[in-house]
Amino acid sequence: MKEYEMIVIGGGAAGLSAAIEAKRHGVNVLLIDSNDKAGGQLVKQTHKFFGAKMHRAGTRGFNICKELLKESEDLGVEVLLNGLVMGIYDGDTVAVDVKVSLTEHKLMMLKAKNIVISTGASENAVRFEGWTLPGVMGAGAAQTMVNYRHVLPGKKMLMIGSGNVGLIVSYQLMQAGVEIKGIVEALPKITGWQVHASKLTREGIHIYTGYTIKKAHGTDRVTGATIAKVNPDWSLVSGSEIEVDCDFICIGAGLKPLTGLAHMAGCELIYDKALGGWAPAHNYNMETTKKGIYVAGDATGLEEASTAIEEGTIAGAAIAEATGHLSAAEAEERKAGAWRRLADLRDGFHGEERLAAKNKQLAEYDRLMGVRE
Amino acid sequence: MAERFDDDMLVCRCEEVTVGQVREAIRRGACDVTDVKLRTRAGMGLCQGRTCEALVQAILRQELGLPADKTGYSTPRTPQRPVSFGTLGGDIDE
Repeated sequence: MKEYEMIVIGGGAAGLSAAIEAKRHGVNVLLIDSNDKAGGQLVKQTHKFFGAKMHRAGTRGFNICKELLKESEDLGVEVLLNGLVMGIYDGDTVAVDVKVSLTEHKLMMLKAKNIVISTGASENAVRFEGWTLPGVMGAGAAQTMVNYRHVLPGKKMLMIGSGNVGLIVSYQLMQAGVEIKGIVEALPKITGWQVHASKLTREGIHIYTGYTIKKAHGTDRVTGATIAKVNPDWSLVSGSEIEVDCDFICIGAGLKPLTGLAHMAGCELIYDKALGGWAPAHNYNMETTKKGIYVAGDATGLEEASTAIEEGTIAGAAIAEATGHLSAAEAEERKAGAWRRLADLRDGFHGEERLAAKNKQLAEYDRLMGVRE
Repeated sequence: MAERFDDDMLVCRCEEVTVGQVREAIRRGACDVTDVKLRTRAGMGLCQGRTCEALVQAILRQELGLPADKTGYSTPRTPQRPVSFGTLGGDIDE
């Protein structure tokens, strides 16, 4: 069985950063990604990042992706593409289904004492009458179709959810020529950032706050929708129905960390709504309660690509230390730098809740492992 | 996002389990995701609950008044994503 010092599962912002950091210090690392190209969600993010220069603000997501891919290539990070990790066994063995061609797959068993789980997140579904009709899709799926595969999912779209994903994807679909028929938000106010909402309202797109979708129309695909006002007890206000002429419906109802592999490996999970639900507890090194299993990025709580990059860097430096490629002092310098940048990213109004939730993950690790101050 | 739950709506697309069936399972004593899964097959299909788990959790919260961290989650098993029998039963590529 082929053995590495480190295996990274998932080549998005977090995983690429972990592999880059470790390889920079000489760690023998393999990065596994289930797609035909690494980069994760960054490959389709056409918007510019916010924040400070050191967090790559002002750069569009897909360009950050190109920078990370180039860095990993220049360093010679070994990458296994089209590799689907089926499970983690005994804390150090990974089973991978590798797609060799359209019809041919092979099974690989690989070993590493240090594994980083950076599998990202999956989109939440919302149920309403007709939610299983073709034409109802995740907002992220629509974004992949338009920005990455260059395919329009339809001509007239209704968005469910006014979080940042709902707002950004609506704007990008509009840029691609889709008619945005409206954005529905069950809460009384827009939940995403005002800056994203304003770009849409300036174009005359209506955001229906206090509304929800009642029904998707159609027999074999979406041909329209009915939306209605919600009462404080979530029942519908009768007579408030509005018919929407749309041929697809996007669901931007949040995401949840993909924790299957971590859970399977025996890592303890902590629930926090602010992070999207269940996610592994971890320590200062991003190591979970299972020795040698690390987490980074959305897989350990819903945040941003910029925070994923820093968490990946911390895991990479910690593993370089654990494998003897960095001294404790050298590793500490790398880790402390990334933690400082994380503190910046989680500062302020938008980060407050997440910061508290991330601190809870660290505290829960200590509690679960019996670590004393 | 809050949701309404009508009995005839599908919860688990893979196994075609409805809201009404999940409610019935809860009435018969199911009190977490695993209980519901064992009684209805919700979460036992191709996607292994990736789509419906959160929906089942939401119904459990509503029906039993449980807090979000007390509805449980499904046990992760191999394979984490659908793979062919050929892969599972084939040789290991060294």
